[in-house]
Amino acid sequence: MKPLLFTLKAEPDQRLDLSSLTPDRLVGRSAKEIEAISIGTTRETVTVGDIFKVKLGDVTSVRFDGGSDRFDLLGAKLLPGFDIHVEGDVGAQLGRAAKGGTITVAGDAGPYVASQSAGAHIDIYGDAGDFLGAPLAGEIPGMSGGRVIVRGSVGARAGDRLRRGIIIVEGDAGEDLGSRAIAGTIIVLGTAAGERIGYLNKRASIVLSEPRELGPTYVDCGAHSLGFAKLFAKSLAPESRGAARLLSGRLQRFAGDTAVFGKGEVLLPA
Amino acid sequence: MPQLIRKGIRIDESFAEAFPMTGSGVVITAPTRKWALQAAATMTGYATSVIGCDCEAGIDRELSTRETPDGRPGVRVLLFGFSPKSVEKALVNRIGQCVLTCPGSAVFSAFDGEAKIKVGDSMRQFGDKWQISKVIDGRRYWRVPVMDGEFLVESSVGLTKKSVGGGNLLIMGEDWAKTMRATEAAVEAVHETPDAIAPFPGGVVRSGSKVGSKYKGMGASTNDAYCPTLRGATNSALDADIGCVLEIVIDGLTSEAVAAAMRAGIKAIVALGPKNGAKRVGAGNYGGKLGPFHYHLKDLV
Repeated sequence: MKPLLFTLKAEPDQRLDLSSLTPDRLVGRSAKEIEAISIGTTRETVTVGDIFKVKLGDVTSVRFDGGSDRFDLLGAKLLPGFDIHVEGDVGAQLGRAAKGGTITVAGDAGPYVASQSAGAHIDIYGDAGDFLGAPLAGEIPGMSGGRVIVRGSVGARAGDRLRRGIIIVEGDAGEDLGSRAIAGTIIVLGTAAGERIGYLNKRASIVLSEPRELGPTYVDCGAHSLGFAKLFAKSLAPESRGAARLLSGRLQRFAGDTAVFGKGEVLLPA
Repeated sequence: MPQLIRKGIRIDESFAEAFPMTGSGVVITAPTRKWALQAAATMTGYATSVIGCDCEAGIDRELSTRETPDGRPGVRVLLFGFSPKSVEKALVNRIGQCVLTCPGSAVFSAFDGEAKIKVGDSMRQFGDKWQISKVIDGRRYWRVPVMDGEFLVESSVGLTKKSVGGGNLLIMGEDWAKTMRATEAAVEAVHETPDAIAPFPGGVVRSGSKVGSKYKGMGASTNDAYCPTLRGATNSALDADIGCVLEIVIDGLTSEAVAAAMRAGIKAIVALGPKNGAKRVGAGNYGGKLGPFHYHLKDLV
């Protein structure tokens, strides 16, 4: 059965809150009811019908034909067993606090992708903005489960306060990758910018694809063939062959950040 | 005793009587096949019968590098006991003393089961706070630093209460060599059956027991009805052409696995024929009142 389809009519003239358009919240609704849902964020009222042409379909799956960097909060609080596909760009907070499910974006995503997500599998074919997986201001943990793969590059502070789960960046990463990370795993296949990789990282594993200098609070623990990395490699192989190849090899382990716990690590190819 | 004849081998119209048990299992991997087998052999030592050991354990089968979670050579080990608590204690002790210590080893859950035993979760403290947890595809693993690198152990291992222990075959032949030939063929067939183990030495037990004893306080004693040297002196179950009896005891994760293992064992014995192998196959029971699982040999040929 074909997915529930939202076709973009024209570029929206304000930011949209699309958190109500997840498949689990649309079950049992008619096209008319869906078109009446308010998705505006300003005093000008905007409904789904103003922005999209709605075509009903399989309720476990939603597809957006056409995207915009004004599509905020898409897939927020998504539940396991449902999926969303966007043929275009999305705005801020994609998959915010999602419990599970899968989200694929053919274009770029804005900041705070997977912020506090607890289990969604998110695949972005373009680039993602700053603070991937990070908490919003005032919140303590960031992403706490699931998997995010960015085929392009990400902005600054990706994996900030990451609590659990895996972030894979196939392109480059901006400054302060894995800052304040609590635990979890971050893999970057391109170049990670800046001097402070894993700044104040408590227990997270950060895997980089090219040898580089790290800050003085990371201490060299030698080159090893690590069992858990092979397990990761096998698990990630279908989704990111580059990450799987990186993890199957010998890795130089730098423990840190010793300015805090020192139980985290940066792994570089040996 | 009424008997069926299959290719000249007499199959008793008897049944094996078996008991419900709690089962668990792990997959042990290592950099080489040798060390995976070593870890499994050490872990399943002194685990023949719950009468005198903390559990019954054995190697289910070897796993190729394609079948193991980490792509290294592996062995699937099954472990059985009478209660979830005793299985948990035996498994955690055995992994702690025999697998954690074995060079290169890693431990994974062999199946999901209805309940979980905390294995890695009990062993992680060996890491003295240097241990690291990783969740991969919804399963939690502990990385415990050890002197040859890291011991990788899954946090919890599956447990099932649907296991069965005590399926058995009594293999009777003219002499030791011929009976052993048939028994070894049957053990081989049991090994090839998934989810079943034969916990005794090499899968074989020669000291079958009966309930009760002439001595006070002994619950079990030698099964004199099947001892060939007592054939004339006791109420023997043996015929004139039987000079040796060997038994295979089978534990399985499910009743079906035990039945399949017994069926495979009988098939292997029958295939060998009476001339070089066994002349008769029987099964041990206690009259059918003690154990709820009955495996009739006539249904398995």
